[in-house]
Amino acid sequence: MILSKDTMQIVHEQNVVPFRNRVKELATKIGMSLVNQTKLITAASELVRNMLKYANGGKILLEIISNNGRTGVRLTFMDEGPGIADVQQAMRDGFSTGKSLGLGLPGAKRLVNEFDIKSKPGEGTTVTITHWKNGR
Amino acid sequence: MNNTAQLLQNNKKRILEIWMQNQLDDEALRDDLISNEELRRQSEELLSSLASATASGNVENIYAPEYEPVTEILTDISITRARQGFSPRETGMYVLSLKQAISQVMENKLSDKPEQLYKELNTMHRLLDNLSMVTFDTFIKGREEVILRQNDEISEISTPVIRVWEGILALPIIGTLDSARTQIVMENLLQEIVNTGSSIAILDISGVPAVDSLVAQHLIKTVSATRLMGAECIISGIRAEIAQTIVHLGIDLSNIKTKASLASALQVAFAMRGVEVRKSNKNTGLNLLR
Repeated sequence: MILSKDTMQIVHEQNVVPFRNRVKELATKIGMSLVNQTKLITAASELVRNMLKYANGGKILLEIISNNGRTGVRLTFMDEGPGIADVQQAMRDGFSTGKSLGLGLPGAKRLVNEFDIKSKPGEGTTVTITHWKNGR
Repeated sequence: MNNTAQLLQNNKKRILEIWMQNQLDDEALRDDLISNEELRRQSEELLSSLASATASGNVENIYAPEYEPVTEILTDISITRARQGFSPRETGMYVLSLKQAISQVMENKLSDKPEQLYKELNTMHRLLDNLSMVTFDTFIKGREEVILRQNDEISEISTPVIRVWEGILALPIIGTLDSARTQIVMENLLQEIVNTGSSIAILDISGVPAVDSLVAQHLIKTVSATRLMGAECIISGIRAEIAQTIVHLGIDLSNIKTKASLASALQVAFAMRGVEVRKSNKNTGLNLLR
């Protein structure tokens, strides 16, 4: 069940901090602990940076969801960038087509409870992450 | 010369009077920010240039060369107003109140020719609407310039390098560490290492809200650069939740000296420099170690 829904456009680096604050707001609203908040915000930060770097921005859907009595934050990152040719390879630690540490995608996956990535070369990438209030 | 232009030219004085009256009557008039004489001078200048621009026969395209003086004056006015602290409404009202004044004069002059009045009003409204768009555009640009300047100032003042002890520098980082800021931090730090001949630098990240892989990468680069200069770098202010996040992300900071607090980083630095800080019996001087 979706309790609240909001979208944000990401066009340049200046949007990153307001977006992170928005995520923090949602996490605080459902009473997430500080550690879980930080995990979610960091994962979100990785994904939004990827979106900016590889796809020149995109759209993010921010939702508070409830499922079987537990609440959580779900973020959907949608871009219309070049897409990822080999998703499995991109999910491997240390792999990067840019000059980064190559920890963004696999790191984000480890930080949150649920992680889903769909990508088609030439069409774009959609990443969905969910983090529950108690972090489980 | 077309009708609109003729009307403007012939009734310039009258329009100016009504316009000034409208502006002065408006409760939103900021006479604290602009004097009446200044306002009159500005208004007269704008009206004259508008009259000569319409005399060219062009009453449609405000981007044509003959409108350059008009848009120039408007741009000037909007930018000064943005800096002076006028609200967008107040700036927008400036042009819109001119529209009212011209309408009023036209109605008077052409009251017996409704058809022509309608046509003239229509052209004039379109023209002035376009011009008021110009003021909004430049008003926002003026504000953006202010914001950009503040941005620069913030990044300047937010990266101080503090000399805490002989040979020990501390650098408290507050806020998000992006590429541009890392560059400034690194430059300041390296320069200060040269200037002071310091051998230890403490990077305190207590004020950094989130450490993602990009921030970590920037930190690692700063540490490497410091080491190249022969100085040791300690990262302090790693909070519990940040530590957990870094581990989950899989960032390897094991070959960097890290500490939870600035105080413990300072202790390490003192130990490395062979400085001993202890509580004095006489209760005078430094007593950091309680």
